[in-house]
Amino acid sequence: MNSATQPEMQVVAKAITRFQAVPGGLLPLLHAVQEGLGYIPPTATQSIASAFNLSRAEVHGVITYYHHFRQTPPPKHTLAICHAEACQARGCRSVINKADALLGTSHGSHSGHNPVHDAAKSESDWHVEPTYCLGLCATGPALMLDGQLHAHVTPAKLEALIARANTKDAS
Amino acid sequence: MSITVFVPRDSAALAAGADEVAAAISAEAQSRKLDVTLIRNGSRGLLWLEPMVEVEHQGKRIAYGPVTPEDVKSLFDADFLQGKTHALCHGVTEEIAYLKNQERLTFARIGIIDPLSLKDYEAHEGLVGLKAALKLKPTDIVQQVLDSGLRGRGGAGFPAGIKWRTVAAASSAQKYIVINADEGDSGTFADRMVMEGDPFMLIEGMVIAGISVGATEGYVYIRSEYPDAVSIMNQAVTIATTAGILGSSVLGSGKTFNIHIRMGAGSYVCGEETAMLESLEGKRGVVRAKPPLPALQGLFGKPSVINNVLTMAAIPFILSRGAKAYADYGMGRSLGTLPFQLAGNIRFGGLVEKAFGVTARQLIEDFGGGTATGRPFKAVQIGGPLGAYLPDALLDTPMDYEALAAKGGVLGHGGLVVFDDSADMMEQARYAMAFCAIESCGKCTPCRIGSTRGMEVIQKMQANPSLAPAQTHLLRDLCGTMVNGSLCAMGSMTPYPVLSALDHFPEDFHLTKATHQAA
Ligand SMILES: Cc1cc2nc3c(=O)[nH]c(=O)nc-3n(C[C@H](O)[C@H](O)[C@H](O)COP(=O)(O)O)c2cc1C
Ligand code: SF4
Ligand code: FES
Repeated sequence: MNSATQPEMQVVAKAITRFQAVPGGLLPLLHAVQEGLGYIPPTATQSIASAFNLSRAEVHGVITYYHHFRQTPPPKHTLAICHAEACQARGCRSVINKADALLGTSHGSHSGHNPVHDAAKSESDWHVEPTYCLGLCATGPALMLDGQLHAHVTPAKLEALIARANTKDAS
Repeated sequence: MSITVFVPRDSAALAAGADEVAAAISAEAQSRKLDVTLIRNGSRGLLWLEPMVEVEHQGKRIAYGPVTPEDVKSLFDADFLQGKTHALCHGVTEEIAYLKNQERLTFARIGIIDPLSLKDYEAHEGLVGLKAALKLKPTDIVQQVLDSGLRGRGGAGFPAGIKWRTVAAASSAQKYIVINADEGDSGTFADRMVMEGDPFMLIEGMVIAGISVGATEGYVYIRSEYPDAVSIMNQAVTIATTAGILGSSVLGSGKTFNIHIRMGAGSYVCGEETAMLESLEGKRGVVRAKPPLPALQGLFGKPSVINNVLTMAAIPFILSRGAKAYADYGMGRSLGTLPFQLAGNIRFGGLVEKAFGVTARQLIEDFGGGTATGRPFKAVQIGGPLGAYLPDALLDTPMDYEALAAKGGVLGHGGLVVFDDSADMMEQARYAMAFCAIESCGKCTPCRIGSTRGMEVIQKMQANPSLAPAQTHLLRDLCGTMVNGSLCAMGSMTPYPVLSALDHFPEDFHLTKATHQAA
């Protein structure tokens, strides 16, 4: 289990101060922590729970309910490829298969539609996740790479995007 | 004199490289020592042309698109700043048939103004509705909404005025206006375009709603997949607060209204209104049983108006031009206009606002130009992942809640996702079940377990065609259980795409006519 570091706990404490008194403040708090750290350290659950008068199990239940929240530090790159109907109609399956081939994931196979989103941690620099619509449904296949949206994605364009990101890391 | 150039900041334009194009235009203008004012507008909704650059020339706007950074030099060479022609030129924007043939009431300003300029907003009829509302008795505002015939655009089509009246009549020291901006349906992006292209319109609608029902706080629940919309809405709320449109005395009226922007966290079912309320309260987004109605016991247990973005965005027009001006559009019990979203395998995808009554064929063929691949049309899924797949034979159905329902369809949020003949409808049915399994909130067994079983049944048919007749029987049973035993539309409507695929395209399920009828 990842233990939060001192500076990490400061980010958590700051977010708690900011959102503790806000009605329904738990989700904004979790967003703030994830924005600050890239993830929500499991060891932070206790202080969040105490601040909101909840049990640790309740806070854990909320974090794990939402696909967006993650409890492990993100790798260098996060690639969210749209799997939804409008992108299917525009050929996203070939893009998903390309990502599988390049990054060793298995989102294209039927088992890739597994309800468990936070799939097994891979050691790679890449986290690949399915997303269900990015609101770019007329210009798909669509994806979000490290927070940037891309439309009209083809397998070749995906390969170029991945290569560009990897080159940036190397330099 | 400075020349004004528009490069959209809408996500669909950004995803196609609008920032790079804007940067290239600035750099080129600078190196040529030309005085260019760059405005980052919303999108006109001609999405196949994004990034669509416009130049203001002699009081008109000339469109160029889709522009890449590499095109910029040649645009300058062709003197596009003087509206001159170029291979990418489409002439005067307003004259482009796709736009000209629309009836834009809600989208009247979008793509035209700078989304965060209050001055632009007011110069284009902004705040007229709110000012009119402030002169009316609250009950008269509600009456206007009732008379307009406006129905909820989030999917269920419930009359907005009746909801407002219920909340107005409830007695409570605290009431809320809650905007559903979860827009999870594949094939829809109109809410996003409103928030990114004309955020003050949504804010104005919410303030009017607050005044009419006696609510002082508003929440907008925006999905986390829309970071740009979240950012623009946050900026717009700050600007509106500074300008006194929000705060303790709305336009000096002494009435209070505040808006809070909240972000979802990647859960489709949080678009269901009671799951959204749970999420806003900081809990897991699990669907609540009704009653109590959210209108009486909604957010934090208080009376709440919950409306979709498009529903609320129609309000300023209704108050500014009058209920009748709105109700003059549309047909039957579907009055006004709907911003349709043409998506998927379609040549001219984008935003088409039309009065209810337009047919699917007019939208797909006349506006959309058929499939993007040029292959024959096979099916259209209308109304998102819980909507039916319709074949060519049903395309002449008018887009009207009741007319579509009579054909086994749903209008939902007005998204049309087109598929060409390469689509495998059995795979689409499997996906519908898989999506339900992934997104089910888990409260009811038919939805939680049934969807997984449904997915497995279809996978068996995919693996072994000879099992199809027997498995089809099982699939129909399962769908019946989901329809009857689910608390919300997630479980009860997933059978729509599944059964419509099966009924209209039995050959994709390895069924002949005879075996299909037997099944
Ligand atoms: C599974 C599910 C998802 C939904 N998603 C949305 C959504 O993303 N946006 C929306 O406005 N309504 C959505 N709805 C409909 C809402 O429950 C509700 O009817 C709507 O927000 C009411 O606003 P309206 O009357 O203005 O349409 C969804 C319903 C269900 C069952
Ligand atoms: S139908 Fe599905 S999503 Fe709706 S309440 Fe039941 S389990 Fe939850
Ligand atoms: S379906 Fe992929 S962006 Fe909407």
